Amino acid sequence: MATAHTATHSASAHDHHDDHEHHDNFITKYIFTTDHKMIGKQFLVTGIFWAIIGGLLSIIFRLQLGFPDMELYWLKPLLGGWIDDAGKLDPNFYLALVTMHGTIMVFFVLTAGLSGTFSNFLIPLQIGARDMASGFMNMLSYWFFFLSGVIMFISLFIETGPASGGWVVYPPLSALEQAMPGSGLGMTMWLIAMTFFIASSLLGGINYITTVINLRTKGMSFSRLPLTIWAFFLTAVIGLLSFPVLFSAALLLVFDRSFGTSFYLSDIYIGGEALPNTGGSPVLYQHLFWFLGHPEVYIVLLPALGITSEIISVNSRKPIFGYKAMIISMLGITILSFIVWAHHMFVSGMNPFLGSIFMFLTLIIAIPSAVKVFNYLTTLWRGNLIFTPGMLFSIGLVSFFISGGLTGIFLGNSAIDIQLHDTYFVVAHFHLVMGSASFFGLMAGVYHWFPKMFGRMMDARLGYIHFWLTFIGVYMVFFPMHYIGIAGFPRRYYSWTNFEFSNMYTDLNMFVSVAAIITFGAQLIFLFNFFYSMYRGRIASLNPWRANTLEWTTPLHPKHGNWPGEIPTVYRWPYDYSKPGAAEDFIPQTVPLSATPESNLPHEEELVKLEKAIIADEEDVLVANESKES
Amino acid sequence: MYGFLIAVGILLLISIIWMVYRIQTLVSVVKGSDKKVASGSNKVNAMMFVLFLVGTGGLMFWYSIKEFDNYNLPLASEHGVVTDQLFWITMAVTGIIFIITHILLFWFPYRYQYKEDRKAAFYPDNNKLEVIWTVVPAIVLALLVIGGWKAWSDITKPAPENAHVVELMGYQFAWEIRYPGMDNVLGANDYRLTNASNVSGVDFSDKNAHDDFTTPMVVIPKGEPVLFKIRARDVLHSVFAPHMRLKMDAVPGMPTKFWFVATKTTEEMRAELNDPEFEYEIACTEVCGKGHFSMRKVINVVEPAEYRKWLAEQKPYIVNNPALVENLSPEMKELADITISEHK
Repeated sequence: MATAHTATHSASAHDHHDDHEHHDNFITKYIFTTDHKMIGKQFLVTGIFWAIIGGLLSIIFRLQLGFPDMELYWLKPLLGGWIDDAGKLDPNFYLALVTMHGTIMVFFVLTAGLSGTFSNFLIPLQIGARDMASGFMNMLSYWFFFLSGVIMFISLFIETGPASGGWVVYPPLSALEQAMPGSGLGMTMWLIAMTFFIASSLLGGINYITTVINLRTKGMSFSRLPLTIWAFFLTAVIGLLSFPVLFSAALLLVFDRSFGTSFYLSDIYIGGEALPNTGGSPVLYQHLFWFLGHPEVYIVLLPALGITSEIISVNSRKPIFGYKAMIISMLGITILSFIVWAHHMFVSGMNPFLGSIFMFLTLIIAIPSAVKVFNYLTTLWRGNLIFTPGMLFSIGLVSFFISGGLTGIFLGNSAIDIQLHDTYFVVAHFHLVMGSASFFGLMAGVYHWFPKMFGRMMDARLGYIHFWLTFIGVYMVFFPMHYIGIAGFPRRYYSWTNFEFSNMYTDLNMFVSVAAIITFGAQLIFLFNFFYSMYRGRIASLNPWRANTLEWTTPLHPKHGNWPGEIPTVYRWPYDYSKPGAAEDFIPQTVPLSATPESNLPHEEELVKLEKAIIADEEDVLVANESKES
Repeated sequence: MYGFLIAVGILLLISIIWMVYRIQTLVSVVKGSDKKVASGSNKVNAMMFVLFLVGTGGLMFWYSIKEFDNYNLPLASEHGVVTDQLFWITMAVTGIIFIITHILLFWFPYRYQYKEDRKAAFYPDNNKLEVIWTVVPAIVLALLVIGGWKAWSDITKPAPENAHVVELMGYQFAWEIRYPGMDNVLGANDYRLTNASNVSGVDFSDKNAHDDFTTPMVVIPKGEPVLFKIRARDVLHSVFAPHMRLKMDAVPGMPTKFWFVATKTTEEMRAELNDPEFEYEIACTEVCGKGHFSMRKVINVVEPAEYRKWLAEQKPYIVNNPALVENLSPEMKELADITISEHK
């Protein structure tokens, strides 16, 4: 770390730095690495692993929902006793599948896999830093996440099954072993795993924030940061403020489960006996949980929106429309995300007056979201659009963000929510706006920054096929759920045939299940493309998308420290695409304004004078260094 | 044998896909299309967006219209009329935005696809536009919120004095119904009194409990306010009566409530839907364990006169099982015995 740091101010650091690389062995380079790029890749590969697990779990429960009469003997080698003698899935295990699918996708894939990958990989590269503020904490962040994953993975195989009370694990269901088998050891492991996960998120978040504030290169003011960095920065702030609250919720739950306290438990008669607990409130848990739970939505969504902003701008060959408005929107979302949590609880029995307050606050958050959508549309307008796979996934994201965002207006309205709460309408809503939109952000990011990660290109044609199958597939899976939800089908139901009002739509559920299987299958194309291109893809050029941001000024395979010589200085914002007067349709951030008099705008002429002073300054430093060397 | 054949088939398929993939890669290298900024695929992708818009848009309209009667649940409560109206107003507003934004989102890629001789417009901001599309959504949302707020306040305001009280208690995995009897006041309850013959944990030392009774289905009068008093005795549950547009969690240790007015009797609804089997139902919508999907109760909505007749016929707990009051203090026992004799 010390070597990386001195390199920032010494021209002679180049040779010194290469020495450092020679000492890397397999373990320090690939496993216990402190290089932010490798840690980012570790998060990505782990995230992909979890996405496959999470996806497979959903396929199993979609089989149950789409083909309730199917005999599942063929799953017995994998699931053992969870398939009963009649070849049916055990209803307890059905709930375990739903719970683990949610937990894995929300936390392991879309939080760690998305934020972990791109915040780590892009923050130092795009702000012009050698590495994160603390490489060691960054390494710990990954290994806490890894440990958390190991515990969660083991819990899938224990006899009583993993946690099964839904990903929100509301007590008393999750607090009482008597209530369901999954609330025993499985729930304990869930709590331990989440504790490590929270530690991992906090270590990462502190690092992202400090790095963005302190390690920006010369000239990289906050008003010149790419929107990706703004998004990662605000995401880290949200995480840092909300994850500790989840920890407190989990801690009190641990006390209630193991030490006989009554934070969440009161007046309970279960399993033929009355429990001694009185005075607790299950609603308290819901408040604590959703104080993280709602910001969590933005923790997974903001990085995806940041990535999309960057990719849409690059591939439209146009500056992002309303750069400042985008930042203000994200700030607005960040702040508002903390004061809307109780809209998940309109019918939880909480005071209806609170419901009114949270309805107002919730619908306010729709405004910055709307602004973002309009700005994306205007960025596309009159652009010169190149459909790279990253661009396709970004456009797909905007579509999901609109579709899923609009249904949020129904659910945020407490009067309408009475009927829709905990139905498939909610499932459709958050799978589009949070699940699929963030997943598409992740995919867009992988396709776009793959050349920087591995020095090779992914196959574009496979990317197109992957996109179209996934885009159409996701709509075929989640759009029909709106109809099912309006019809009142409740969530987390093993089967709907017990009720007359829901004893229909078997055809539609079958359709959804088939679409889900095809969409999951389409991800194999991505997996092949990803791992094959890593070794055999075309060698990438230095700046394959002709983008402005700093990461494309590094060598093809940047070493630990990112830039071989000086860190480049930044002279302009990152969105000078198709500037009138300029020869090329992009001007990288490292090109001084004084070098482009033909394309400067009136207010930029002012900055040229300032810039000249800075450049003169820098030359002095260079001269001083050279004289020192000789 | 079949397994082997399937495996061979899959292997063949994979190798064919592999060959196609390699060939197209080599062809693109030979053609040099990988050196170009945008290859022919750009046009295909741009077209695909338009096709997607038309195709899925058509599918959506076709299915929404064809299935309207299926997904639009019959409605039988007064406040449900209001919330359904809000739902459809919101649907109209968001539907228009949905369609317009998607037409733009998918048409722009086609209209502005890459052309070598064109340069994109440098259009970084426009404050007037930004203000417009901040203020307009704000106004629209404010109108929607005010509608929702008024409805929500009406629905959640205290129940009228004369509301018929029914207690619904959720437990794994059923609902227990308790009526307050002629006095319309539920007797006290204590979860520690729960046992096999006293499922609701009724405290019979409270004389209000003496005329409390249970029934296998909820029976309520049409056109008169009904107050559901909701609680749970083990884990969270949630009362969901879809046709009444009613939902409220059942929370152990914290009683909740929801009042409403049913507008159609079960018979009327059967006639209207031409379905002699139709029943109003209650389901559970808060995950509560293995039997979560099977907590069904029926609500029978009847004419007020019929309701009163039914009410008079019901026998309190203590009449059906005098053992419940055996251990009471002498005065309470006497009161209980009077109630029992009244019902004999």
